Amino acid sequence: MSSPSSFLITAFAALALVVALAATPAAAQNNNFNPTAQSVKEDQLLNALKDGERLTGRISIPDQKAASLIQPEGREWRVFHQDKLPLIGGVVLLGMLLALALFYLVRGRIRIDSGPAGVTITRFATLDRFTHWLTAGCFTILALSGLNVSFGRMLILPIFGPEAFSALAGYGKIAHNFLSFPFMIGIALMFLIWVRDNIPEKLDLEWIKQGGGLFSKGMHPAAKRFNAGQKVVFWIVFFGGLAMSVSGWFLLFPYMAQGGVSSLQIWTTLHAVLAVGFIAAMLAHAYIGSVGMEGAFDAMGSGEVDLNWAKEHHSLWVAEEQAKGHVGAGHPVAAE
Amino acid sequence: MARVKFLCDADRCIECNACVTACKNEHEVPWGINRRRVVTINDGKPGERSVSMACMHCTDAPCAAVCPVSCFYTTADGVVLHSKDLCIGCGYCFYACPFGAPQYPKVGNFGSRGKMDKCTYCAGGPEEDSTPAEYAKYGANRLAEGKLPICAEMCSTKSLLAGDGAIIAEIYKERVMKRGYGSGAWGWKTAYKETIAS
Repeated sequence: MSSPSSFLITAFAALALVVALAATPAAAQNNNFNPTAQSVKEDQLLNALKDGERLTGRISIPDQKAASLIQPEGREWRVFHQDKLPLIGGVVLLGMLLALALFYLVRGRIRIDSGPAGVTITRFATLDRFTHWLTAGCFTILALSGLNVSFGRMLILPIFGPEAFSALAGYGKIAHNFLSFPFMIGIALMFLIWVRDNIPEKLDLEWIKQGGGLFSKGMHPAAKRFNAGQKVVFWIVFFGGLAMSVSGWFLLFPYMAQGGVSSLQIWTTLHAVLAVGFIAAMLAHAYIGSVGMEGAFDAMGSGEVDLNWAKEHHSLWVAEEQAKGHVGAGHPVAAE
Repeated sequence: MARVKFLCDADRCIECNACVTACKNEHEVPWGINRRRVVTINDGKPGERSVSMACMHCTDAPCAAVCPVSCFYTTADGVVLHSKDLCIGCGYCFYACPFGAPQYPKVGNFGSRGKMDKCTYCAGGPEEDSTPAEYAKYGANRLAEGKLPICAEMCSTKSLLAGDGAIIAEIYKERVMKRGYGSGAWGWKTAYKETIAS
């Protein structure tokens, strides 16, 4: 059928094809075209990241949070936690303690100027005191366990040793998590029962102008049930408690926080900074409510305060109570 | 002693996830915990690369720095390990870790995460080497047996390298020179503050 010449042509054609096929990769190499060489580069990706962004990709395991490959902002969180927070905490808390100590040295204990009357007036009923101590008790443990998480390694671990300290911190963490709920209830109750007496008014300006009489003996600006200083404490507790509750909520329920680890970093930072300020404010509150002022503790202790104390610090409130007939003969009080 | 490291040559990784599976099997890692994972960057696009990532055993590890109970320690080989007896499960290491390495056995709320778990570089924990107590908490201690981490040992394309940092860096550099490209030593800049020229 086929002639020798046509066979030759066919053979040549086949050979040419083989040569051409073999030459193709060689030609590609000469052009330096290698599709696999073109790839994402870690360096470029890292440099292109903006603040708070992460290198993420696709992952085939069910845990989609694991799709985050590198999150450089962990470093900033570390710097905050290791360097900035101890500084903020140290300055604010030690500063407050120092200020209170100085205040005590200069002013001493604020006495009842006219001396105890020997009769008392009911300042806080059981519900008031319950709410106060529920919140204050939880706050104390929350504050101590919280400070322990941030500064315990620095201050307590060297004294206790790793095992004992770890046990303490572990129980502290459990207490911190669970006491947050009664604390939140306390804040809510406090708001409900005291908010109407804590609305700022014109009278408060005068109180503030006179420094609340804190800095001069015998000066007692007029005040209703709560003076301006106490109103400030009330609002610090309310807004501070609210902010601590919201930020803490996401730390309690970490899988509810949108944005995963980045948002948790923001919440922990906020929680820590607010806590330091909150604790400093409460140190001042606790000081003036106990050591700092004669007769003040009774308000939250027995709920019965000395009539002269009440007249000096809450003159308008006493007048109101007397008008209502709540202060009759008064209750005799045992000698201190 | 050598300073051991991990290096994932992403240009070789074929996303087979065998490292992930081998790790889970070797240490009997519980459900929901992955000490190692493979992340694909630019999936489906030209130039996509897969990277096998676990704890990088950082120099000056962030987890160790922020731990409130100081439960981390670095071995003579540069492996970052932790004590589950001391861990209180607070989650701080998770906030600070650049690589998402710390894992928690419980996804429960109320902060009940349980003790943190992470890659041990197959080097166990503070317990005595190769004891049942060590195995139960941290998994196998291959390093004590003179073996390298299982994930790198069985990597079919030899993409994942483990061992002396200087040697694996040299191997990677040679590969990049020979083939003429490399997507980078993923995580090295972040973990060891160094890069391998590519």
